[in-house]
Amino acid sequence: MAMLADHDRIFTNLYGLHDQGLKAAMRRGQWDGTKLLIEQGHDWIINEMKQSGLRGRGGAGFPTGLKWSFMPKADPRPSYLVINADESEPGSCKDREILRHDPQLLIEGALLASYAMRAHNCYIYLRGEYIREREALQRAVDEAYAAKLIGKNNIHGWDFELYLHHGAGAYICGEETALLESLEGKKGQPRLKPPFPANVGLYGAPTTINNVESIAVVPDILRRGATWFASLGKPNNAGTKLFQISGHVNKPCVVEEEMGIPLRQLIEEHSGGVRGGWDNLLAVIPGGSSVPLVPADMCHDLTMDFDALLKVKSGLGTAAIIVMDKSTDVVRAIARISYFYKHESCGQCTPCREGTGWMWRVLERMAEGRAEKREIDLLLDVTKQVEGHTICALGDAAAWPVQGLIRHFRGEIEKRIDTYHSGHKEAAE
Amino acid sequence: MTVHEPWSEERTRSIVAAHTHLEGPMMPILHAVQEAFGFVPEAAVPVIAHELNLSRAEVHGVITFYHDFRRQPAGQTVLKVCRAEACQSMGCESLVKHAEDRLGIACGETTADGRVTFETIYCLGLCATAPSAMVDGQIIGRLDTAKLDKILAEAGA
Repeated sequence: MAMLADHDRIFTNLYGLHDQGLKAAMRRGQWDGTKLLIEQGHDWIINEMKQSGLRGRGGAGFPTGLKWSFMPKADPRPSYLVINADESEPGSCKDREILRHDPQLLIEGALLASYAMRAHNCYIYLRGEYIREREALQRAVDEAYAAKLIGKNNIHGWDFELYLHHGAGAYICGEETALLESLEGKKGQPRLKPPFPANVGLYGAPTTINNVESIAVVPDILRRGATWFASLGKPNNAGTKLFQISGHVNKPCVVEEEMGIPLRQLIEEHSGGVRGGWDNLLAVIPGGSSVPLVPADMCHDLTMDFDALLKVKSGLGTAAIIVMDKSTDVVRAIARISYFYKHESCGQCTPCREGTGWMWRVLERMAEGRAEKREIDLLLDVTKQVEGHTICALGDAAAWPVQGLIRHFRGEIEKRIDTYHSGHKEAAE
Repeated sequence: MTVHEPWSEERTRSIVAAHTHLEGPMMPILHAVQEAFGFVPEAAVPVIAHELNLSRAEVHGVITFYHDFRRQPAGQTVLKVCRAEACQSMGCESLVKHAEDRLGIACGETTADGRVTFETIYCLGLCATAPSAMVDGQIIGRLDTAKLDKILAEAGA
């Protein structure tokens, strides 16, 4: 597969090599003919988005156009667009690049998406720890207001207000309904669905929540046409995507590539290869900390798209690839991830509140080998008790990494238990 | 070092009044209260609850849910060191240990003389310049022992 051609790139200032100001952004083609796109009408935009095959970039991969079409067309209540910039998944670092270096793409996308869904108000929920991103985005929003691109009586003829909201340090607020609760000024505890946000969302009004990347690609899809976007990538996994490669590679990076690019090519062409060569690979976590890891022997001809990763019982998630070489203590790594989910569980649902702590404590013992072999199956059983039995996906996110570990590295855990027990038997004698 | 005003009910009321035009004003109010007083005092809870027509439990719930709100005054200088993945791999743990030894407190505590509060933060988005930290809202990249010592010396610890 050839590398993505430069003329097919959407994020032309991903690395901040150029000016991120409005004028420079316009020279790069942003805000070009936005009014013409709006004049095509609400339904045309939604239809184009459906045709493009864009699947949500926040992790779940739900078709964006379809999501927008769920919004009511004639409703006395106001509609809202909420953009999820609470990028907190360990490994994910793509939204920050958009917010810092190409913020006008996001603002233009927000206007177009809001227009398509007949919303006059849009909130961007930015995680509290993102200081530089907050400054950059605020500057960009102010510029757009001053140029009358957005705001009341703007040049596009669709009144549009954009608000930035800052979080206060809670991972769970990246879950869409928790995010709404947080926006409303409550504890960020996810809501039970249904009713879905498209029906009863922010302040009880129809709301659509989209990831930063999903919104930032909208202007280019509409300008260049749905067929252009759909022609990239693989069937059902269309377009380009920001991949984030971190961990044991020579050059960690964020890069825009076509969906369905082979993992090996991605790592070798863009990240300078795995530390110590491809054969030194132990496993990858292909989509942020919440998806199950994929061991090296399954990585050779693995492609990076939703469907291929589902086949190896993992997921594309946010396409945050964490590479682990053979020096990694994989049990300890997953134990650390478990600690993270224990720390971030909101405490609303019992299986998650109790289960995440339980899984972490057992894994901490297993990392030392201080456990019994039958506990491995018990642990697997507990993950199944958590998975799917909670209001939001945090329970699943906590269970999957553990399931991946047991599925692929059961031998490693058993070896540790054996080593520990043999060491202690001698001590006892 | 940041100087905060002492708590007053009147001031709290005026902060609330300045935000009630917003939809979902609770978080902006709490951020503003914390900015004014340095923390969200227990005594502010019933005032905010009354003004927003909420129960005290609802206000208490929100304050305790988010890590960013503090219920006790912080030290004069607040040092937050990132301990997320990228910073860990660039050696933040030894910096945390160094700061703990020098301050004589554990991460998450305030020194007895009230000069420094030392806390963990998770990912400031500065992984490219890890390890990173934040001192009184100002962010710092490529933290090392020398820089850390300088920060602590300036804070008088």
